[in-house]
Amino acid sequence: MIEIRAHGRGGQGAVTAMEILAKAAGLDGKYTQAFPNFGVERRGAPVRAFCRISDEPITIRSQVYEPDYVIVLDPSLSNLPEISSGLKQDSVILINSNNSHNFKEKTYHFDATTLALDVLGKDIVNTAMLGVFAGVTGLVPLEPILSVLDERFNGKVAELNKQLVERAYNETRGE
Amino acid sequence: MRGGMPAESRKERKGEIMKKKEAKKIMSGAHAVAEAVRLCRPDVIPMYPITPQTKISETIAEMSADGSLDAEIIRVESEQSAISACVGASAMGVRTYTATASQGIALMHEILFIASGLRLPIVMGVANRSLSAPINIWNDQQDSVSQRDAGWIQLYVENAQEAFDTHVQTFKIAEETRLPTMVCLDGYLISHTYEPVNILDASSVSRFLPRYKPKVSLNPSNPIAMGTLATPEHFMEFKKQQQEAMENATGVIKRVNREYASVSERSYGNGLIETTNLDGKEHAIITMGSVAGTARSMLEKEGIGMIRVKAMRPFPKEDIIKACQNIRSVGVLEKDVSLGSEGSLYTEVRSALYNTGSKPKVLGFIAGLGGKDITLDDMKNIMKKIKSEKENVSWV
Amino acid sequence: MVNSNSVSEAAVAGEPGSSKKNKTGSWRTFRPVVTDKCKGCKICEWYCPEGAIKVKEVNGKKTAVIDYDYCKGCMICVEECPQKAVKKERER
Repeated sequence: MIEIRAHGRGGQGAVTAMEILAKAAGLDGKYTQAFPNFGVERRGAPVRAFCRISDEPITIRSQVYEPDYVIVLDPSLSNLPEISSGLKQDSVILINSNNSHNFKEKTYHFDATTLALDVLGKDIVNTAMLGVFAGVTGLVPLEPILSVLDERFNGKVAELNKQLVERAYNETRGE
Repeated sequence: MRGGMPAESRKERKGEIMKKKEAKKIMSGAHAVAEAVRLCRPDVIPMYPITPQTKISETIAEMSADGSLDAEIIRVESEQSAISACVGASAMGVRTYTATASQGIALMHEILFIASGLRLPIVMGVANRSLSAPINIWNDQQDSVSQRDAGWIQLYVENAQEAFDTHVQTFKIAEETRLPTMVCLDGYLISHTYEPVNILDASSVSRFLPRYKPKVSLNPSNPIAMGTLATPEHFMEFKKQQQEAMENATGVIKRVNREYASVSERSYGNGLIETTNLDGKEHAIITMGSVAGTARSMLEKEGIGMIRVKAMRPFPKEDIIKACQNIRSVGVLEKDVSLGSEGSLYTEVRSALYNTGSKPKVLGFIAGLGGKDITLDDMKNIMKKIKSEKENVSWV
Repeated sequence: MVNSNSVSEAAVAGEPGSSKKNKTGSWRTFRPVVTDKCKGCKICEWYCPEGAIKVKEVNGKKTAVIDYDYCKGCMICVEECPQKAVKKERER
């Protein structure tokens, strides 16, 4: 079982990102589970969301304490101690940032904000970071993510988000 | 430019995706509940939103707005009004649904007894959440457990799939027994968690659950009165009827669980309790709701059995006694407490086992109140204590 | 283990004003920046939902001053300024 923890700010779509990831992995034939940290969510406040992906049915209901992957949607969160809480030796951090960070774990940084501003015209990076996750880890293929975006959003929003995911995916693939 | 796979294998993958998509969809528990409600075709749904039930009422409202759910949605000014409107609608003889949580069900308290006393088969989803104060929006089961004396059937589910399945079963159970029924799903842990759910097709549900035909109902061309005064000579007789209806409900719940299995290939124990890994075990955990999933993941490793209580009302006393026949100690893990006493499920399990020959030791665990996460470590410690066979009640 | 002594009795919050300790300025993706065009008309001060803007005299001239410890970067001031004197900049 792979466990993922996403850190974002209220309104940035960390919860939606985990939902889309779970749905995409589900389309890919995996058992999945996605849930928010159930906080009192205010726009801008730090929030967490979780996703589990497995070849077996998932019954466990507790939160994720030792994630295999951490996705950070907002560079300003990189100073929070909870980002690296519970990380294992081979855990991987994927962070939206235009510069490198000194985490002791393996870290990939990708400037999703600039790409999102370019494609969407807005600083909403949740889908871009899914492209990064798919690109870097190869754990979920691109195709089901695009299918979920088509289902989850309408018309232009779906199109632009698909473009965004594809670009993030292509720029990070095999890194 | 599309990166990734060559066009052909992408096409193949899309075919694969389509096949799997038909089988199971990833959705939130709240969405699964709304899907079940739509398939069960209620005529009237009075609703008042409250966290974490809101996702259920929102989705039902969306379905009504897009025309895919043909029910009279009544937007009321409180939960007390919601359940009162349910009483009125159900008395008119139509299938009636509502959903609530926490303070909402507390505000309904008065009318819950009226609904059951009038023998109205209202179905209500409860997205379990703690009761204030201190104010807390997270999950425990204090809200519905506190209503266990209200004369409603109470069924607790473990996951989104069971929330769907139990909703479909429950309309049938309520209408056959003429008892209002709550389907209790853990707030957030089920309501807001996305996981695979298999949605039955409409024709299977229609066959399983035909149109509701009330035994009695209000009808201006054939007038009757409901809820008239019962003097001391008769009041207890009516209560005895309700008690007998509850006793008969155990059989109905078991049968409906079997019937549902024949249309869905899914069933949950005998409908009242579900035992797992119990054969040949000396120790067992007894619990309700989604935390059973966390326990489930450790049963084999810890060499312990599980009895998941699905029906809190009617309380499956005989089934629990039978399941505990060869058990030396059981631990009752629950997300509620009767302050000044102990956990309510613990009290009932202990009472059920009091007269049995084997009389296993019964340990109590109060946990997860106000959303406190029950971790794998917590579960390991709980199971260790159960195996120690030292009777006491502890707060995890 | 649950320790009842670790919290106040009956959830009483004894110390007023503790929400000031929660500096919400770190929540910004963009920051509003007041430029020379500001005439100190106070419209941004009134509109700011966080009370994070005060018009003050700086070097003999009235101007809006933003408290970046609490500004969440909602950009309502940018939207409301009649002089277009508040710029939106990417947070560093």
